[in-house]
Amino acid sequence: MCGLAGFAGGVAPTPEDRLDLERMIATLHHRGPDARGVHLSPGVGLAHARLSIIDLATGQQPLHDGSGSVWTVFNGEIFNFLELRRELERDGYTFRTSSDTEVIVHLYHRDGDRFVERLNGQFAIALWDARRRRLVLARDRAGIRPLYHVRARGRLWFASEVKALLAALPECARLDPDGLVQAFTFWGPSDPDTLFEGVRSLPPGHLLALEADGREILTRYWDWDFPDAGAAAPFASFDEAVEDLRGLLLDAVRLQLRADVPVGAYLSGGLDSSGIVALARQAGIASVRTFSVTFDDAEFDEREQQQAMVRHLGTAHTTLHCTRRDIADAFPALVRHTEAPVLRTAPVPLMLLSGEVRRSGYKVVLTGEGADEVFAGYDLFKEAKVRRFWARQPDSAWRHLLLGRLYGYLANSPVGTPGFARAFFAQGLEHIDRPVFSHVPRWTTSGRALAFLAPELQARAAAFDPLAFQEGRLPPQASRWAPLARDQYLEAKSLMAGYLLSSQGDRVAMANSIEGRFPFLDHRVIEFANRLPPHWKLRGLTEKHILRRALEPLLPPEIARRTKQPYRAPDASSFFEHGRPADYVAELLSPGRIRDAGLFDPARVGMLLEKCRRGGATGFGDNQAFVGILSTMLLHDTFIRRRDATAPELRATGTE
Amino acid sequence: MTEQAIREKIRGHILENMMFTDDPSRLPDDASLLEMGIIDSTGVLELVLLMEENFAMKVQDAAIIPENFDSVDRMVSFVMRSKSA
Repeated sequence: MCGLAGFAGGVAPTPEDRLDLERMIATLHHRGPDARGVHLSPGVGLAHARLSIIDLATGQQPLHDGSGSVWTVFNGEIFNFLELRRELERDGYTFRTSSDTEVIVHLYHRDGDRFVERLNGQFAIALWDARRRRLVLARDRAGIRPLYHVRARGRLWFASEVKALLAALPECARLDPDGLVQAFTFWGPSDPDTLFEGVRSLPPGHLLALEADGREILTRYWDWDFPDAGAAAPFASFDEAVEDLRGLLLDAVRLQLRADVPVGAYLSGGLDSSGIVALARQAGIASVRTFSVTFDDAEFDEREQQQAMVRHLGTAHTTLHCTRRDIADAFPALVRHTEAPVLRTAPVPLMLLSGEVRRSGYKVVLTGEGADEVFAGYDLFKEAKVRRFWARQPDSAWRHLLLGRLYGYLANSPVGTPGFARAFFAQGLEHIDRPVFSHVPRWTTSGRALAFLAPELQARAAAFDPLAFQEGRLPPQASRWAPLARDQYLEAKSLMAGYLLSSQGDRVAMANSIEGRFPFLDHRVIEFANRLPPHWKLRGLTEKHILRRALEPLLPPEIARRTKQPYRAPDASSFFEHGRPADYVAELLSPGRIRDAGLFDPARVGMLLEKCRRGGATGFGDNQAFVGILSTMLLHDTFIRRRDATAPELRATGTE
Repeated sequence: MTEQAIREKIRGHILENMMFTDDPSRLPDDASLLEMGIIDSTGVLELVLLMEENFAMKVQDAAIIPENFDSVDRMVSFVMRSKSA
């Protein structure tokens, strides 16, 4: 786990190049505090900040293949590196280190760009082929590790985080309105777009080659795929699939426990993280070190379930108690890490928790992230199922009442008022035939935040059709998939890759130099789950049915049967104490600052601030708008306004 | 409280706290709040609170239906009916 940065192509090296690399990699110190390395040769510059986890002694980067013809810097883990190494050694390759990194250069030498298909891991890779003078960038299948790139000054520049690019290319510090509109609708910018104009995010499962002649070739090497609806399931029986799944999950956990430092785990109290901890015990970790967050508010707190699991598994457990004040205090730091607006504060407690993990002497944690996407755990999937069922008979007096079984955990539940729930959930039923039907209610609620944009940006938002945008990103064969498969695909590509794995995943863990690992996102698990018939995942309105059955023998019955409770934290209310906003909130949302930034309508923001101040924001719409606006203003303040203020100290910008 | 005062209170609240605008022309009294996207999934609870806090009334669960809440006109009639009951 680490940070990487560099450039390739074009102009001859200059004395400034080394300084650029050093400036870039210095901004990624939090990702890799243990060592730093730079490689510079004609046509390429590579820089690396290392968090030592595997091969502590000889795993330094940049690393080459022994002859200097293939170089790499790499962030993440190749979990099957031991198997790949044995295979490569049989083929005559000689290894000089014990690292997983060295597998990459030899595998590329043997298989070319297809090397990436053999990797089981979470990775962002930059690889330089000195003989062919080409650069290859690759990103893992699910989108766990970040990789950004931009064309500027006649080169392709790349880095783990945007701030590293801005350190060498201050001219790229311009907010992209399209990225902002996407973030306010889908909870994060949609790759390749980012919040910064011209800066692109390499999409998950993709490989980008920059050839010697300057051509860029983008290839998708892997994607979530599903069988055609109604196709015969390739399983002898449900029970056999349950056994296979348990074995596969155990193997995924076994591989992800590989490290030369101790591995801990997050324990939320739900099925997924409890299952991972139980599997880690099965894999031979007698006493797992676990960590969780607790809250004051019973609506968010899960300490009882966490304690039940701690007792059952005998883990050594640490809780971090998170107050509203803690969230407000840490929010500006969060946004410096996410480099994108957030609509919820939920990433903050996880950032504070990774700090606790670090203080406890751990560098790596397993988490249950991904199970809800892979095994259909979210209420959104159930909601879509009921709404599809209802849309067949829109006049039915009772079909919509099934919705009453969802959202019981919310203090202000949309189904708490059945008379209105019917009218509310009936909205969007006219989109029943569209592939993105399941996500219309969420995008509609999130999109309410767009109403606060300044007039010129609002025109841009009005021209944006989120439904058509996401439909354009579906693969052609998606039209033949079962509805649940399409719902899962959309979820994996929009919310999971764009927000959960980024703002609420990599960024909040790496903020404290902690590596998160996600056994449910082992691509073998995803491929297995995608072949399952939809009703083995969502059975009636019971989510993650097959996963429950697979984990049942390892867990107390109350955990295995527990209905999913989404992880949430107090939102707008965190930023006010006795009716007063935190100082920085009052300053950033003041009419003058809003006007200067030019992104939002000062009068509207003033009204929202007042509503939140008096505790009147109860629904998701207002809360998400408030958190979204505040995070965007913090981003603007950090990456644009303050950079402008210090611009004279930076060297003059070059040209393409 | 007169019908006019009740209407102004309801309109003022919706304009300022749910539409975040000071332009009264954006809220026709007979417009559906659901169709205009003014009420989100939990927005109706805010309207119930508005009534209970300002008009000294208790709204029964069974009364929380679009017929009573989905426009300014409907809310005003609902308050007036409740008061005369």
